Order: sequence, then structure tokens, then C-alpha cells
Amino acid sequence: MKRHLLSAADLTRDDAELVLTTAAELRSLADRPIKKLPALRGRTVVNLFFEDSTRTRISFEAAAKRLSADVINFAAKGSSLSKGESLKDTALTLEAMGADAVVIRHSASGAPHRLAHSGWVRSSVVNAGDGTHEHPTQALLDAFTLWRHLGESKPSGLEGRRVAIVGDVLHSRVARSNALLLQTLGVDVTLVGPPTLLPVGVESWGVDTSYDLDAVLPKVDAVMMLRVQRERMQGGFFPTPREYSRRYGLDGRRMATLQDHTIVMHPGPMVRGMEITADVADSDRSVIVEQVTNGVAVRMAVLYLLLGGSENPE
Amino acid sequence: MTSVTSPSFLLKNAAILGGEPTDIRIADGVIAQIGAGLTADGAEVIEADGLIALPGLVDLHTHLREPGREDAETVETGTRAAALGGFTAVHAMANTDPVADTAGVVEQVWRLGREAGYCDVFPIGAVTVGLKGERLAELGAMADSAARVRIFSDDGHCVSDPLLMRRALEYVKAFDGVIAQHAQDPRLTEGAQMNESELSGRLGLAGWPAVAEEAIIARDCLLTAHVGSRLHVCHVSTAGSVEIVRDAKRKGWNVTAEACPHHLLLTDELAATYNPIYKVNPPLRSAADVEALRAGLADGTIDIVATDHAPHPHEDKDCEWAAAAFGMLGLETALSIVQHAMVDTGLLDWEGVAERLSYAPARIGRVADHGRPIEVGAPANLALYDPAATRTIDAAESASLSRNTPYAGMELPGRIEATFLRGRPTVLDGKLYSLDGKVA
Repeated sequence: MKRHLLSAADLTRDDAELVLTTAAELRSLADRPIKKLPALRGRTVVNLFFEDSTRTRISFEAAAKRLSADVINFAAKGSSLSKGESLKDTALTLEAMGADAVVIRHSASGAPHRLAHSGWVRSSVVNAGDGTHEHPTQALLDAFTLWRHLGESKPSGLEGRRVAIVGDVLHSRVARSNALLLQTLGVDVTLVGPPTLLPVGVESWGVDTSYDLDAVLPKVDAVMMLRVQRERMQGGFFPTPREYSRRYGLDGRRMATLQDHTIVMHPGPMVRGMEITADVADSDRSVIVEQVTNGVAVRMAVLYLLLGGSENPE
Repeated sequence: MTSVTSPSFLLKNAAILGGEPTDIRIADGVIAQIGAGLTADGAEVIEADGLIALPGLVDLHTHLREPGREDAETVETGTRAAALGGFTAVHAMANTDPVADTAGVVEQVWRLGREAGYCDVFPIGAVTVGLKGERLAELGAMADSAARVRIFSDDGHCVSDPLLMRRALEYVKAFDGVIAQHAQDPRLTEGAQMNESELSGRLGLAGWPAVAEEAIIARDCLLTAHVGSRLHVCHVSTAGSVEIVRDAKRKGWNVTAEACPHHLLLTDELAATYNPIYKVNPPLRSAADVEALRAGLADGTIDIVATDHAPHPHEDKDCEWAAAAFGMLGLETALSIVQHAMVDTGLLDWEGVAERLSYAPARIGRVADHGRPIEVGAPANLALYDPAATRTIDAAESASLSRNTPYAGMELPGRIEATFLRGRPTVLDGKLYSLDGKVA
């Protein structure tokens, strides 16, 4: 593994499979009465969140604590985008505190990249979501969830499986990271959405694209619904929320066209009634809650592998 | 040499526009004599073996930042950088604070240029009050002022309202003015961060599509033809724009265009570093766009190279991409980039360089005493350039107050050895000389 996890593209197939198998081992911890391992004792993990994201922050916090790392939560109110303290000065502060890993969430695409490559900090940097760029640990937990549900014994069993990622791909860091990681794992990915919400140049991503959700649904092993943010509804990307739901929302009627084994995923938070109806979100096919559980195991694996565990002489 | 006091100079064996070496005598601010084997006759002799003599360069697009952002650049520091780049005249963009939208501000900038003495400063006036794109600034007052403004631009902003653009084009006909348009449809570029491409999609940076530039250029060419005025297109960056300008010229419309050095060399792939030193507006484009710009500059579709020298303080670049300012330094590296991209590639000879960096920009700006061929009787505005030199760009060595050069660490050809402004050296032996003849 590289020293940082900035993009799902940083992971080779071997890296990705190692994270998933490590996560599987760590996940078994969750069933034990004592959930803690001493692996990262004495190491410091900083959660640097320039954007509110309680669920991702808590997930990383739980992951680090179960590995016995010291955790500092740094909620930076206002990035340099809003003329608060600059990313650089925040980074220098963290460096002075002796962080071994910085988990960063930021509204600006590439902020984790800047943190890792500008010489401001020496620690490992984990991208916990940057702007409309990437969210690699979300992709890892999605791949992990797919692996567990599609009944394969090894992550390599995901080869040839089909996954649809549906909705606002243009603004989705989850979609970008999943498109990269799932392809690395040999999964056939189809991005589905209105043409206005598919990025320019998507045809060169190596994935299939479709504007027709109904045509795609019967063919896939999993369907991943993306959140449609409220501000997009005003942006003229589609005429009305109702029309969006009619064409790209997953409701009971559409769910009935899925194969029996097909699962429904969502990175959360959901907008019920917009991209997904309540009956689908709460159905037996939905693995949305389990994605959250798996998130902790996958983030434990990432931190463990990046920081080399407690044996590392460094 | 730490000071120069001589009123006359003899440049020995200078190759005018790369031609046969000859001697040039400068006296009383003009080119007094040209010919082989001239004797010193009391003039200070400057050995110019291997050096090319070029007319003093004229930049049509410089941000000097004063008044308002003296932390980034001042008229003095910006013109020092200009002199070191071989320029004897620069046109200062209007997006200062206060905006150069009145006779008072343009006269202030003009006067600061004269006091600094490194380079003539011709202020550009804003087209609209406060660059807001709502109503015309007092263009006539700026034209009639001591600064004699002939170029008007809201650069940084596009005059996007078609009616306002039409009126501006019409109005400046009264004093032979020209509207220099920053062609960027604002609606098509809301939040735009980099060239819209497959790469912008992958990087998650909002795209700046070529059509946002091309649509405005096409519209403005049509408006210019319709009202019979003069349009200058700033920083053309796309292959499609070159095609539109080429077509307008073929129709005989009065349209000129500029390309910036960085658009002749750098491509959008650099955005993958997320290092905002490469963030500029219009953005770096594809390799195919670079090729089209070079071809357009070679065949004259693009009339001139203009630097869009845009200084920014360190903190405005040492941050995340979206938070960073647009723009890069250009004055001290422009000629080297043109040599590298155009001359060393065989696309342009030194005559062509003189046309595109001196004669044509002076014609567009209606500047009489700059951009003149090196001939007896012409004002002694010229530069001596060593095309065989190579230098590694060091941002810390820049005369600009700012350090935002995208070329740091790059090895570029060529070096300015001397620059003369009306017969007085502003640069000699690569060093700056101030008005009093001392090393600055």
C-alpha cells in the first residue's frame, strides 16, 4: 500500500483485496464482548473535518479507537474557502501535535492531495471525502458489503459481477471512487443518470453508462443509489424533483424487476421519496444499515495497513 | 558597471532581428546610427556579440495591482519585472481597487509608471463602472486624460450583456478606441476551476468549457462587424476560438487577438497535481489547443503574445485549488517561452517575434513611440537578447513582488541582457538600472 489513501486509484487489486480480507478479520471483532485490539496503541489519528459529516467522523473515530489509537477530532469551522484558518496552518498545527495519520474531509476537491504532497505534514493522509472528487473508504466499504452479500469466499469472486450506480454521478465522490475501485476488482459498473448529471468524458472511465434505469435494473447484482443534494434540485440539472423520481428513483415497482439476489445500497444520508422510496430502503434487499457497520471494519483495516500496526519500528 | 551616466551607447555587433551583426548607436534617446564598424566617439560601448536586437517589447495585458493590492505588486515592481523581460511598454489592466474606471485612477497609474521609470505604463480603462457590467464607465474622459487611454477592458470579467457590449464597441469609435474582451460566458462557467475535459470530471473540479469562450468571441466578432468597430480578444485559449478569429479576419472584420505564453506551453494535465500554481483564467487547455494556438500565432490569426502577468501573494496560492486565486506571472519569462514554443520549433522567426510582441501590440494600443522597427531616427526602445543562453527559473529571483510562476525549476532558453527605454538602459548586463543610472 502507498503511504496515503487519497484516491481509490491508489489501490492495486492486491491492495484492495488485502484491505477487504483484513476488514473481514477485523469485523469478527464486532461480535466479541471486548471489541478492542492493541494494534495502534500509542499512535495518534486526527479526524480533520472541514465539512460536517457526523456519520463518517464517528465511523473513523470508532475504527481508530478499536485499534487503541489516540483520536483527536478537529472540526475546523470554515476552511480557507470561507476565509477561516488556512488548510496549511491547520496542517502545521496537526504536525506539531505529532499526528501519525490525518483523516480529512473537505469541501474542496484535492484538499487531501494538497495536505499529503505540499510538505506541510509527514503523517499518512486518508481522504474521507473531498468535494466532488473521491471518497475511497466509502468505496471500500461498498465493495466489502458487495463481497459479503454476493456469497463469494474471496474478494476475487467479485470478478464479473454487475453493479449499477444511479443518480447524481457528476457531483458524487462516492460514484468516482466506486467506479475506480470496483473496476480494479473486476466488477462491471454501469453509471445511470440523466445526461446532465453524468460528467463530461465519462465514456473514457472504462464503465458503461445509461440514461435508462429500467433497462439496467434486471441485469445487475447490486444497485447503488446516490443521494440527490437539495442544492442540485435548484440547479437546473432536471426539471423537477418529481420528474427525477419518476425517471431515476428506485421504488417498489422498479425493485420488482430486480433479480432475486440483487441487493440495494445507498451511501447515506438518504432523501426518502426522492431517489429511493421508504418501502425499498426498508426492504429485505436493502443493506444500507449494514454498510454503516462495515464502514467501521473497513476503516480499521485502512488505518491498520497504512500505519503498519504496532510492530512497525518507526 | 554599477552606474551609467553616458547619454550615448554603441551596441557592437548586435544582430537586428537575428540578421547580420551590425553596430547601433544610441544618442539623445533615439537610434542615431546603424552600420558596421562604427567608432565609439565617447559613447559607452556594449559588446553585443551573439545578441539579437529586438524592438522594445510591448505587453497589452499586465496586472500591476496598484492601487489596491500593493501586497501582490506595485507599478514599480511590476515594471521592473517588465524591463527584465525586455519590455519597454506595458498596458495595465483596470481591475485594481479602486477600479480604473475614471480619469483620476488611470492618470494615477500612468503617473506612477513615469515616476518609476522602468517601462512606460499605458493604463487600460474599465468598460463598465466598477467592472460590474451594468453601465459604461466614462470612456471618453479616460481617453482624453493625460493617460490617453485607447484600450478598454473589464478583464477578469466578461462584458457579457450583448447590448452593453454593442454600445461599448460603438462608443469607442469616437476616439479610435478598442474593446479588449475577456471572453467568458459567466453562466456557462459558474464555479469553474479548470478546463472542462475528461480530466476535470475525474478530478472533481468544475469544468470551464471551451464553448464558454468561443460563444462570446463569435458573438463579439458579429457585433464588431455590425457596428464597424474594433475588437481585441484577450487570452485566446482554445482551438475553436482560433478558428472563429481566423474566420472573422477572412471576412475582413476588425478583430485582433492575443495568446498568453502559458497557453502556448502548458496543458491542463498539470491540474492533476491540484497545485494552484497552475490555476489560471482562462484555464490551461489540452495539447491540441496548444498546437492550434501556436499555429494561429504563426499564421497571424493570433496577432500578439500578451503576458496576462497576474501576481498573487503566496497565501493565495499556497492552499487548496478551489480557494486559490487565478493567474500566473509572465513578464520575465514571456520571451523565453516564445523562443521555446515558437522560434526553436521553427514556427516563427525573430521578425515574427518583433511583430507579435512589439509592433502589433503597439498598433492595437495606438502607441506611437513603441513598437517601431530598429531604424535611424526611431525612439531608442529596444532589447538585447541572448538566445543561446539557458536559465533555470527560480521564483525567488523574480523582480515581481509575487512568486507565482508556473515555470519554477524549468530550464528555458534565452536571456535579456539589456533593455533601453528612450535611450536609457533600464537593464544592462541582466541587471536593473533605475532612473538615476544606478543599479537598482
